[in-house]
Amino acid sequence: MIDNLSRRDFLSRGSAAVSAVWLSAHWPAMVAAAEHAHQAAKSTTPPKFQFFTPEEAAEIDALTARIIPSDETPGAREAGVVYFIDRALTTFAVDDQKTYREGLPALQSRVRELFPNLEKFSAATPDQQDQILHSLDEQTGPAGRHSRPNGASRSFFQALRVQTIQGFLIDPDSGGNRDGVGWKVIGRDREHMFQPPFGYYDKDYAGWQPNPPEEKAKA
Amino acid sequence: MRPDLTKYKTSDEVDFVIVGSGAAGGIMAKELSFNGFRVVVLEQGPYLTEADFVHDEVKVLAQDLLTNKPKLQPTSFRKTPNEKAKPQRALVYGRCVGGTSVHFTANFWRFHEIDFIERTKVGPVAGADLRDWPITYADLEPYYTKVEWEIGVSGLAGASPFDPPRSKPYPMPPLPVKSSGVIFERAARKLGWHPFPAPMAILSQPRPGRSACVNCGFCLAFGCEVGAKSSSLATAIRMAEKTGRCEIRPNSYVHRIEMDNNGRVTGAVYFDEKRNAHLQKAKAVVVCANGAETPRLLLLSANKQFPNGLANSSGVVGKYLMLNSGGVTNAVFEHPLNDYKGFAVSRLLHDFYELDPQKVGFYGGGGIDARFDVTPISFAMGGLPPGTPGWGKDFKNTLAHNFNRTMELFCHGTSLPVETNSFSLDPDLKDAWGLPALCLTYKDHPDDLKLWAFQNQRANELLDAAGALKKWSQPIQESQFAVHLLGTCRMGNDPKTSVINSDHRTHDVKNLFLCDGSSLVTSGRGQPTMTIEALAFRAADRITALAKRGDLA
Repeated sequence: MIDNLSRRDFLSRGSAAVSAVWLSAHWPAMVAAAEHAHQAAKSTTPPKFQFFTPEEAAEIDALTARIIPSDETPGAREAGVVYFIDRALTTFAVDDQKTYREGLPALQSRVRELFPNLEKFSAATPDQQDQILHSLDEQTGPAGRHSRPNGASRSFFQALRVQTIQGFLIDPDSGGNRDGVGWKVIGRDREHMFQPPFGYYDKDYAGWQPNPPEEKAKA
Repeated sequence: MRPDLTKYKTSDEVDFVIVGSGAAGGIMAKELSFNGFRVVVLEQGPYLTEADFVHDEVKVLAQDLLTNKPKLQPTSFRKTPNEKAKPQRALVYGRCVGGTSVHFTANFWRFHEIDFIERTKVGPVAGADLRDWPITYADLEPYYTKVEWEIGVSGLAGASPFDPPRSKPYPMPPLPVKSSGVIFERAARKLGWHPFPAPMAILSQPRPGRSACVNCGFCLAFGCEVGAKSSSLATAIRMAEKTGRCEIRPNSYVHRIEMDNNGRVTGAVYFDEKRNAHLQKAKAVVVCANGAETPRLLLLSANKQFPNGLANSSGVVGKYLMLNSGGVTNAVFEHPLNDYKGFAVSRLLHDFYELDPQKVGFYGGGGIDARFDVTPISFAMGGLPPGTPGWGKDFKNTLAHNFNRTMELFCHGTSLPVETNSFSLDPDLKDAWGLPALCLTYKDHPDDLKLWAFQNQRANELLDAAGALKKWSQPIQESQFAVHLLGTCRMGNDPKTSVINSDHRTHDVKNLFLCDGSSLVTSGRGQPTMTIEALAFRAADRITALAKRGDLA
């Protein structure tokens, strides 16, 4: 409830500067959206999978748990990344359905190829799982600074890695990153507004002091 | 949703049709409607408002909520005109009411005197067609001041010894300093440089109907949900609508400008949301569609009189594209900066704005700023040191440790105008409406890459002086992606080498005007939006004067 309250609080404080017309027109929709995201995040019964079978979901969950493992701090599993990916594949990432439909059987083959005694990825030990993932991880060029897609097709592993990161770090009000655990791991506070000082280096800033006068064109 | 708004029929011959509602189009709409003209603004994107601006990185970045849509609007790239262009994402621009000003970083530097007279000062540069502007800094100064006061720009006058003269201080103080800014300021002063508070088109104090910045941390690439970012949406568009003389018509994709037998343009043809075509009639047309779409629209509007593109008797429409050179150096520090809080940039320096080619061995100059402009997913995808694994325990640990301890130095600089660098129509690739797609042809002038290397060295010196634990620079490489879209319909006195005159009127067509990044003659030092907006205010004055004395007929 805290995050919901802070959002309301933020909106109502911000409203001093927003016109009354704008506010009355948008207030119900904004509250409804916030409530919905809040309920989805807080729901104790996990939502049903729309795209994956329960068996496939278990495999995806195990895969995401090696991409962002759980250790002293939560990982992809605690952030509910498998649910984010499942929802993604039936909404904004339908183009990736084929990648997953083909990728899951290929994964199964790779598991058997490397570990003939194993039936599935989720049954492997963490070390075995990492070996399997390494065998799927064909390096590509570095990502741009802002994660816009470049239109190039991507492998099953690339899609899975990107969507695991998305599901772990997306704004918790936007349908992933359950309970904001991903942001807790990286140390990002969840408030919608911040006041300075922001960090260690600006907390003892003495205020702006003018530069000494200088002749132009140094170089 | 919005109050009763002005509507015109397409058959109404309005005074002006403006194509595009971004940095230039928004201001043009405000000024012309304030001056009593009837105005229709045709914007290809949707009319989103603050309620639509979310912090959802997937929706905003991966799905291009606010920007051009690669699936509907494919593009292609090649380095030189002899090559066959390959389909690839080649540019990003704002595609919504307010245009790119909705999602931009909001760095708001004025150009300096040198930017307008550089050809005279440094002479010709081999491999480029560097030219002076037909106007000077002094001509534009009143309009820079007008931009600062009308839309709201925060900053500190006189803080940089390299600043050009100004007639008035900023209307409001700078935004608060971030940890990245303090680190930057201290280190720069150790080196004898002159850091100063970055001028930003973000409110440090509230204005009617708009909040001051609340430091939410979703700034670059995102729309501002409290109206603190001084986008055209939050400023000029609303003022224009209040006049009762201006209609903003979203989801209207202009693909042709019509012309009559007398050589006058008669209006703009656009597809509505259902892909029905309409002609909006107008006495004059002002194209503010950005440095890629403005030349494309002229090329798409070729007719009998102008077989190579409307107003393109010079043949330079789409050419002399400049993208601004430069890149990023990242650094990690011992203690948390928490630089994700707030807007992107709080400190900047212009010590290398005006380099002497005789001393450094290349043409150019730039500015370096301290920033953190990435949100969590983007940081995880592109913000970790080279060599960090892409998944697993080490990935997670590095991500968790570095997110709060990382900052960036962004080096911005000049690009030279090279004739073969251009936006043109791809001969094969089509958009979702069946129209020729944009083709980007670009190969950086060698001096632009030398400048980048020079600035990278300064950035690394600064980070050494700052005691960074770790630092790394983006590799210096030739551009193949366009963000700043400059120079493609440049201004000039000579109709053979330029597209518009200093009134922004096309040399070829009396009632056709162009104003946006395409108008620029030189690239400036990396932050063009302030100049684009000052040009828009000035152009609106010139166009108003011409219209009032009956010179558009």
